[in-house]
Amino acid sequence: MPPRTLAQKIWDAHLVHREESRPDLLYIDLHLTHEVTSAQAFDGLRLNGRRVRRPDLTIATPDHNVPTVDRDKPFPDPLSQQQVDALRVNCAEFDVPIFDVLDARQGIVHVIGPEQGLTQPGMTIVCGDSHTSTHGAFGALAFGIGTSEVEHVFATQTLPQRRLKQMSVEVTGQLPPWGTPKDIILTIINRIGVGGGVGHVIEYRGDVIRNISMEGRMTICNMTIEGGARAGLIAPDETTFAYVKGRPHAPAGDDWDAAVARWRTLATDPGAAFDKEVVIDGTEIEPHVTWGTTPAQSVPVHGDIPDPDAFDDPAARETAQRALDYQRLQPGTKITEIPLDRVFIGSCTNSRIEDLRAAAAVVRGRRVADGVRAMVVPGSGLVKAQAEEEGLADLFRDAGFEWREAGCSMCLGMNPDILQPGERCASTSNRNFEGRQGPGGRTHLVSPPMAAAAALAGHFVDLRELF
Amino acid sequence: MDPVATVTGHAIPLPRADVDTDQIIPARHLKRIERTGYGEFAFEYWRKNDPDFVVNRPEYQDAPILLAGPNFGCGSSREHAVWALQQMGLRAVVGTSFADIFRNNSAKMGLLLAPLEPADVGYLMQRAQDTPDAQITVDLPTQSVSIPGGWRRSFEIDPFVKHCLLNGLDDIGLTLQHEDAIAAFEAQRPALLPRTKR
Repeated sequence: MPPRTLAQKIWDAHLVHREESRPDLLYIDLHLTHEVTSAQAFDGLRLNGRRVRRPDLTIATPDHNVPTVDRDKPFPDPLSQQQVDALRVNCAEFDVPIFDVLDARQGIVHVIGPEQGLTQPGMTIVCGDSHTSTHGAFGALAFGIGTSEVEHVFATQTLPQRRLKQMSVEVTGQLPPWGTPKDIILTIINRIGVGGGVGHVIEYRGDVIRNISMEGRMTICNMTIEGGARAGLIAPDETTFAYVKGRPHAPAGDDWDAAVARWRTLATDPGAAFDKEVVIDGTEIEPHVTWGTTPAQSVPVHGDIPDPDAFDDPAARETAQRALDYQRLQPGTKITEIPLDRVFIGSCTNSRIEDLRAAAAVVRGRRVADGVRAMVVPGSGLVKAQAEEEGLADLFRDAGFEWREAGCSMCLGMNPDILQPGERCASTSNRNFEGRQGPGGRTHLVSPPMAAAAALAGHFVDLRELF
Repeated sequence: MDPVATVTGHAIPLPRADVDTDQIIPARHLKRIERTGYGEFAFEYWRKNDPDFVVNRPEYQDAPILLAGPNFGCGSSREHAVWALQQMGLRAVVGTSFADIFRNNSAKMGLLLAPLEPADVGYLMQRAQDTPDAQITVDLPTQSVSIPGGWRRSFEIDPFVKHCLLNGLDDIGLTLQHEDAIAAFEAQRPALLPRTKR
């Protein structure tokens, strides 16, 4: 057999049926479900008299719509309530397990899969959510799907998929202080562009990737879709195994040893061919801030707002100008002089315990600047409990941050946590699209420590000067 | 899904790169539990903030074709973006390139995507701007985009997607024909793989 990439190995191991000029039929090991993209899929099953084939490989949690306060009360928006109620009813009817709103294990679907040990190396994982790429951090092939595909997986536990091209992104060297996983992925997207990964699965490799934690790897894989690739993965190693071990759904006893033996085979073979290769010097990764309305439009924090006229390509010039008009920013303005109204620490990109610790380390003993409203939203009920136990919640609250219940919160403007028109936010989330955090809101994507520092100062801060 | 073969009509030119699905349908309108009711919210921010935005202009009403820039449909996996476009009357999008998940969702729903070279899309955009009622035909059987007078370009489409679109096929039904293969695969899956319930 010719040398294969990790992604190709996982693909081949899940092949149910292959036929000339047809997409491959792949088996799906885990289907994560939330309230926004499932209701119409459940309806489709009902209409056709179909059942969920493998409820034991399916799990649901409400996350996008849920308010992050007053969880024991009806939601303020009856449509949000209706959508979450529909998920509850559908899960009961189709026998799908659910971590409901008041369950301590509820949270953002991409936080709870790994947290419960359901996300494991070598698996195929899908969800009706583009940030399913997160699970690739474990060496799983994980990608987002639309509602029709959700219905397909419900009904068959398989998915017809065209083979993907293979892309390697290698991050070499060693990260400098204050270069975080968020800065790595923002740097990568800035380099390849928001369409650079279209049609590909990305494997992240190199010393920098090997030396970061599972939380950091999840941050990187999470934003793979912002570079256009549906899936991004990292070969599993001791860091991966240590994270999985002991979790509720992790293999135990002899099964653990058997599982690890399997997982050790999950690496790209020497000599395997990639269709596209990118190498990034990790020693030069700096804290990044997005200035525009795509995640590729970013600069290092010590930089300035770019001048659209400096772009050679007329289309890029126009795109940059449109972004600056929306963001109400002038070329040449220093990033550190942009004043902020709001700070959001949370989302499936950056709401895990390590993210909260990194933010807390910056906050310690300081206070949120006057005029800034800042909130911290843990990714799950269990992350919240752990942060409270570690004293992080008190630290944030004492500093003037709001400390919330778990959910997608201010990442996407589907629940009460939204920006008001014209408000400007430093956000640890993944998308700075126009109106993403609320109509007329202006988003700047940053790492958790950068967001925390911005909350304290009321503007962006070069962390290297703060400490 | 209804079969799709040929779409003819005038076209809305949208010469912007990286149009994301949050622009096509903002998240706050994803709270419905039906597949209908999204058309009026398509491109809501741009429609609201700019009365001259091309989708607002009377001469482009009821156009069945959208002309799009590179990486159209990037971002969220929401199939609602396809539903919204279809419910505002679109049946085909001719563009430079499309995001992966959006392309899959379009295939499932019968929204015909025709990728052409940037210069060719640019030509059609200019023509649609100059002459809003200028007609375009997107023909799936011949995989071509053409205009009256002879200009004609071919586009690529996955042969299986083409087959499903032309025949209005439900691919869940097709997959279930492989029930034996699915069952056989399940029988050999390692028992140590995780289950969400025991």
